[in-house]
Amino acid sequence: MSVFWSEAQEYFPFLLVGAKVTLELSLISMLGGMVLGFLAAIGRLSERRFIRWPLEVYVEIWRDTPLIVQLLLIYFSLPEFGIVLSGFWAGVLGLTLNLSAYLSEVYRAAIMAVDPGQRAAAISLGMSPFQEYRRLIMPQAFVACLPTQGGYFIALLKDCSLVSFISVNELLRHATIVISNTFDSMNIYLMVAVIYFCMSFASARCVGWLERTLTPERRKTVGVKPIMSELAEEDNTL
Amino acid sequence: MSRAPSPVLHLEQVYKSYGETTVLRGVDLKVFQGDAVFLIGPSGGGKSTLLRCINFLEYPDAGTITALGEKLCSQNRTHFEIAPEKTLRHARARMPMVFQQFNLFSHQTVLENVMEGLITVKKIPRLEAMTLARTALDRVHMLQKQNNYPDQLSGGQKQRVAIARALAMDPPVILFDEPTSALDPELVSGVQAIIQDLSAQGLTLLVVTHDPAFVQSTAHTVCFCGDGYILESGTVNDIYGNPRNERVRKFVQSSGIQRV
Repeated sequence: MSVFWSEAQEYFPFLLVGAKVTLELSLISMLGGMVLGFLAAIGRLSERRFIRWPLEVYVEIWRDTPLIVQLLLIYFSLPEFGIVLSGFWAGVLGLTLNLSAYLSEVYRAAIMAVDPGQRAAAISLGMSPFQEYRRLIMPQAFVACLPTQGGYFIALLKDCSLVSFISVNELLRHATIVISNTFDSMNIYLMVAVIYFCMSFASARCVGWLERTLTPERRKTVGVKPIMSELAEEDNTL
Repeated sequence: MSRAPSPVLHLEQVYKSYGETTVLRGVDLKVFQGDAVFLIGPSGGGKSTLLRCINFLEYPDAGTITALGEKLCSQNRTHFEIAPEKTLRHARARMPMVFQQFNLFSHQTVLENVMEGLITVKKIPRLEAMTLARTALDRVHMLQKQNNYPDQLSGGQKQRVAIARALAMDPPVILFDEPTSALDPELVSGVQAIIQDLSAQGLTLLVVTHDPAFVQSTAHTVCFCGDGYILESGTVNDIYGNPRNERVRKFVQSSGIQRV
């Protein structure tokens, strides 16, 4: 165990530098994936087939091939077409496109789950489709799929380790570098696992906090569901 | 020679079908300022569809609808045309609808629900919208619940908030789609009394209902919808006392209410 602590003191800072890159990769890709995924979801709900159909192809292509193959293709093939991306940005591009395909399905389901009656109410007040999305569908659907989105973020955080294959100096690659010097794979990988766990656990807590903050109506009623007869009694104006 | 006033709502030969099923087969209807028109009739007779076609939650297939001075759709011999979305939205905001299932926005408080149309659609500044919304809530006796969320209210309270949401838009016409059908019997009269008040205050109402007592207490005009037509229309006394149409007679007898 003393070996673990002495190695931790020596190499932890170096690993944390890699962890910072992992975090940057996942945060940027998450934002990109959310924006693209949302646009793809709206498009797939369109009545026009020429919008819907290409997006279905898009989603299937990015879901049905392995992420590592996508990353390698982007990193090694795009230069052939004159697009040279650094490993970091190639990683961001691959992760973003891959995630957007998955998130678009999450968003599509969440949008379809918004109560059609409430949508009719919004329309009958004279709202435009854009206003309906902004004021009713997005606030409800986004919160409804927050737990799922949180799950995808944690998966993304760990998928970032694949980016080490295209020579990005993130957490796992830093670990490999350390191990090639110390030959102590067990302790170093243990540290890597601890760091991944802490990042994922913190993310999960953040998502939980967001969920509670954004659903005031649920926060107020959980466990204290009002009883109808009490409400009726309290109300003398009926 | 006095000229007849033009109707607030005028439907001519309105048709609507869903696939193979034709729901409306040429409906004619005139609603005048301050009238309380009640649509009654058997389930599946097209009452709710008619209401939803008037504010274009459903698009009719043919016919002419004029509402509040604007042509929402028009039909000539060969051509059926629906007004641009913007015209439809403008009309909807001036004849909002109250639904059977209330359909309050579940992520907003009572007050926010009532303010929503004012801020988003009518672009009224927030503070002013709040004042207007509170006034509307007060009219339906729901001001004390302004900071509650819909899932903390009883059905009757939800429906009164939904009425306030429509009322806040300051519309000349309000459409009611079976406003009391989803309520416990004890809560029905409170909501009906509010709708009656609105009528007394001069609002034009178009109400779909299955409740004969409500029709008799509040309606100025009763229209009987069946088989996709308006089979008969008249005063409460005409329809319940002396219906000309055989189907209307049977329906009225089975609803158990005799001449008032």
